[in-house]
Order: sequence, then structure tokens, then C-alpha cells
Amino acid sequence: MRDMVSLFVAVLLFSAVSGGLLGALKEATEERIEYQQLKYVKGPAILGVLKGSSNDPLADRFKIRDGKEERTVYVGVFGGKANTVVIESSGRGYGGQIGLVVAVNIENDQLAGVGVTTLRETPGVGARVKTESSFASQFRGLSLVEPVKLKSEGGKIDALSGATVSSRGVVAGVAVASDVYKRLKPEIVEKTKSLKKL
Amino acid sequence: MPRTVFQEFTKGLWAEVPPYRLVLGLCPTLAMTTGVDNGFGMGVAVTFVLVCSNILISLLRKVIPKNGRIACYIVVIATFVIVVELLMQAYTYPLFLQMGIFIPLIVVNCILLGRAEAFASKHSIWPSLADGLGMGIGFTVSLVILAAIREIFGNGTFWNVRVMPVSFEPFAFLVTAPGAFVCLGLMLCIMNILGRK
Repeated sequence: MRDMVSLFVAVLLFSAVSGGLLGALKEATEERIEYQQLKYVKGPAILGVLKGSSNDPLADRFKIRDGKEERTVYVGVFGGKANTVVIESSGRGYGGQIGLVVAVNIENDQLAGVGVTTLRETPGVGARVKTESSFASQFRGLSLVEPVKLKSEGGKIDALSGATVSSRGVVAGVAVASDVYKRLKPEIVEKTKSLKKL
Repeated sequence: MPRTVFQEFTKGLWAEVPPYRLVLGLCPTLAMTTGVDNGFGMGVAVTFVLVCSNILISLLRKVIPKNGRIACYIVVIATFVIVVELLMQAYTYPLFLQMGIFIPLIVVNCILLGRAEAFASKHSIWPSLADGLGMGIGFTVSLVILAAIREIFGNGTFWNVRVMPVSFEPFAFLVTAPGAFVCLGLMLCIMNILGRK
């Protein structure tokens, strides 16, 4: 019986101490880890859609509450004006969610670029939505006033042949980002302005 | 005759070097030696956890109840592994991405539990530290040697830098999993020939 109690107490103490220690360490490293993930996972795609911006969009970011979710918005400065924002979204593809970064020009409500961050599509087929830049570049300059759709559904985007599901996933993700943008535009514009003063 | 602290350190480098002599910790030895950078990163991570857990277990050896010692060891080891994981995420993110699942798997690496049970729980702090450091360095060197063979002949590079002439046709079999077994077998064979008395 004594053995049982000492065993119980020892494991309890060990777990409590290590739990507390790890909690503290996690809190201490959280911000750095978030930045590292930005830099290596989403960073290349974000910098890709904001090519030519004169600031560091990964540093110039802010968060916006959207219902229960929190969305991160990255700001790109072009010609001295903070006029482009990047919103993250995702759409359902063939192998799972396709992660996207969608850049929108806040002056004329046009898409400035679409980049793919993470995907689990078939290599050489659906994965071409990421590797073939001609697909993503179709979105550039499209106005968000009308909904973004594939050509087969009455829109302007050519699906990649043989990869209709993946193409549709990207288009759906862009549509989600477009909705978010329209819904949150006043806040986005305001926060972008206050960011620029920094 | 009791061994000195220095002897406890050096035994891990040759006489009891973990993957080749004790044949422990084979999972990372096989999986993380496709490139020298991976092998070295794994070795350093294991060394850190091994030294820390050896010190702590040696300090607490009188407090840990005999019946529940394995549970306590695992808690200690797992804590340090998560410390390593968080630090790698914060400071060496690309390496973290490459090593992925094999970092949490350090918890069940037999070297750690083996040294805790066989050594640290019976010795005071300095010999335990020396034992952990020696074993860790021995493990790291073993991994780097194995990774170097696989990377140079399997891919023509060393630490991602090309070392073989362009005309060299990489022997890609070596970087696959079966190639790891073959390499490890050959290394064991060489170690046994060299160590024969």
C-alpha cells in the first residue's frame, strides 16, 4: 500500500512539474514559432503574390476578428502606398484542403494575385495548380464585384485539363477569401491605415 | 576497479558506441541518415536529451520509488524531448520540418531509457553526465558517418554541397530504406573486424 502511494505521488509530482515547465516554454517560444512557420511555410507564397512590394509583408501583419475566427492579414506597400492586402483561405480539392493566400488591391477591389501554400493533390496532376504559374496568374486583375468562377460554370477561369477538381478547389478558396474581404473591408482598410503610420 | 569519470565518457565513443556496439537506437539511425544535416541534427537532439535526463535522473535516484521508476524516467525524457522540439521549431525550423515525426520518437529511443536504467539510476551526477555526453557524441558521430556514406554515394553531396564530379552517377539505392540496412550491416561488420581481439 505504501508503495502504491509513493508511486502515485512521485508520478503526480513529476508530471505536474514537467507540465508547468513545458507550458511556460511553449508560451515563451510561441511568437517565434509563429514567425518561423510564416517564413518557411506561408512566407514564400505570400512574398510571391506581393512581388515588388517595398516592405516586409510578413512583419506588417495584423489580426482581425471574423465571428469566432481570427484572420491574419498581410499588407504590401506598392509605390509608397499600402494598397494590397493578403488574406488566407482554403478550398476543398481532390486530396484535401488546398491552402491559399489571396492578394486583393483595396483601391479598386481587384485580385492582385493568388498563391498556393499547402496542398495534398496528386503530384503531376492536381498539384499543377501550384507548380504551373499560368493557372494562378489568371486570377490577377479579376474584379471581386462579380463572383469568381470557372469557365465551365460561367466565369473567367480556365481549369487545368485533367485537374478540374483541384482547379475548382482553388476557385472555391478564392471565392471564400473574396467573401471575407467584402465582409471585413471597412476594418481591413482602417487597420491598414493605422499600420502604415508605424 | 571503479572506472573514472573520463573512462565513463570515452566508453561511449568506441567500446560501447550505441548503434554499432549496443545496437540501440536503430530507428533514427536508419531513418535520419539520408543526409548529413539530418543525421547531425538528430545526434545533437539525442545528446541534449540524454545529458539532461541522465543528470536529472541521477540527482533524483534516491527519490524515485523503485516500482514506478520507468514511468518517472519516461516523464523526464518526454519533457526534455518536447523542450528540444519547441526549441527546434523556434530556431531551426527547416530542420524541424525535415525531421518531423522522428523528434517526438526520441522519447522511445532505447538509448535514453537504457542509460537511465542501466547507468544514471545507479551513479552520481558526474559519471552520469560523462556517460550521457559520451554516449550522445558516440551516437552523433555514428550517425554522421553513416549519413556521409549514404549521402556521398547515394546523392553525390555532403551536407547538401556537391562533392562528387558531375559525371558521377548517384547510387540512389543507398538513400532508400533498404540501403540504410545494408550500410548499417556493413558498418557493424567493419566495427566487428576492427574490434576483434
